[in-house]
Amino acid sequence: MAEAGEQPPPSPPCEARREGAEEPPEGGGAVAGAAEPGGAAAGSPGVEEPAGDAKKKIDVLLKAVGDTPIMKTKKWAVERTRTIQGLVDFIKKFLKLVASEQLFIYVNQSFAPSPDQEVGTLYECFGSDGKLVLHYCKTQAWG
Amino acid sequence: MTDDKDVLRDVWFGRIPTCFTLYQDEITEREAEPYYLLLPRISYLTLVTDKVKKHFQKVMRQEEVSEIWFEYEGTPLKWHYPIGLLFDLHASNTALPWSITVHFKNFPEKDLLHCHSKDVIEAHFMACIKEADALKHKSQVINEMQKKDHKQLWMGLQNDKFEQFWAINRKLMEYPPEDSGFRFIPFRIYQATTERPFIQKLFRPIDSGGQLHTLGDLLKDMCPSAITPEDGEKKTQVMIHGIEPMLETPLQWLSEHMSYPDNFLHISIIPRPTD
Repeated sequence: MAEAGEQPPPSPPCEARREGAEEPPEGGGAVAGAAEPGGAAAGSPGVEEPAGDAKKKIDVLLKAVGDTPIMKTKKWAVERTRTIQGLVDFIKKFLKLVASEQLFIYVNQSFAPSPDQEVGTLYECFGSDGKLVLHYCKTQAWG
Repeated sequence: MTDDKDVLRDVWFGRIPTCFTLYQDEITEREAEPYYLLLPRISYLTLVTDKVKKHFQKVMRQEEVSEIWFEYEGTPLKWHYPIGLLFDLHASNTALPWSITVHFKNFPEKDLLHCHSKDVIEAHFMACIKEADALKHKSQVINEMQKKDHKQLWMGLQNDKFEQFWAINRKLMEYPPEDSGFRFIPFRIYQATTERPFIQKLFRPIDSGGQLHTLGDLLKDMCPSAITPEDGEKKTQVMIHGIEPMLETPLQWLSEHMSYPDNFLHISIIPRPTD
């Protein structure tokens, strides 16, 4: 499995699923490479997500809290087995935070799951409307 | 009739006799004697091993010491799992004392979380309680508590004060009289034979017909391989706090009485010894 921290920038670990009108013309597939300008061209046939793979991924909605920078792309298709730590590494890279900066992720705006927890498990328990909403923050937001 | 409160005490005061030995490749100035300790099952390794750390650091040079970590027969022990769970999962059916190896070098980044201070343990513990209450009461009970109540839960655990902890924790174990239990049961199922992390899903304490769900019902749903077919040979053991609860036990009762202080039922499924 690709790990965010070990991947060179052009192949981001998560695939963006743009919201609303920006849906790719092919009809709603996940777009790889959208995270990095100059990455693989969005919508090129090579990056189309195979249908079987889709079930392994869940939709995660990432929301910034307080003065933490927002991500232009909020909705991501993420592997179920990706850990919270993997997601933290990805967001930090995406926001170009330095490694020493902390980033907290919260479920239900209430608790910070353990870094080794898998997003698939969190989705099973706390997902709603087909997606898992996670808040991220550079300082502790909820206890 | 036995008071169910006795069960809470038995769970709280469960201890595992443990022998800590320094890893053979650690460099010492003189021989490191093993260190013996009774570990509270409900606590966390890094919360109760200050003395172990001091004991071994006495024979080591300062520059040879970095973050302490623990291993059992080649498996790094996750400090953020309760001690009783680690023992049930990795060391059930072995001779006591439990033999744990102590390391100060080569921290296994892939397997373990860092634990630089007690604050990290507190944050983890409180996050688990909040997650459990999100399942049990949509977070209503934990959110209605004051900061000092949260602190009391943690201090109760840290200082091994049963009454102090349960004075607050009992509120987390309540549910509206018109319901037959929590919304969902906070549980995690761990399997010794797989590298996969625990199973955690939504599971209600009662079925659609109003019947209480049992431990057996949960396992049938989540982990059918753990259930022995009738007239079949028992291949697995289902352990909570070092015992095998009857599969007929209602899950709601288990959740109220046999959860760890983090409010989760930590269930280990391990191979049954063959002899």
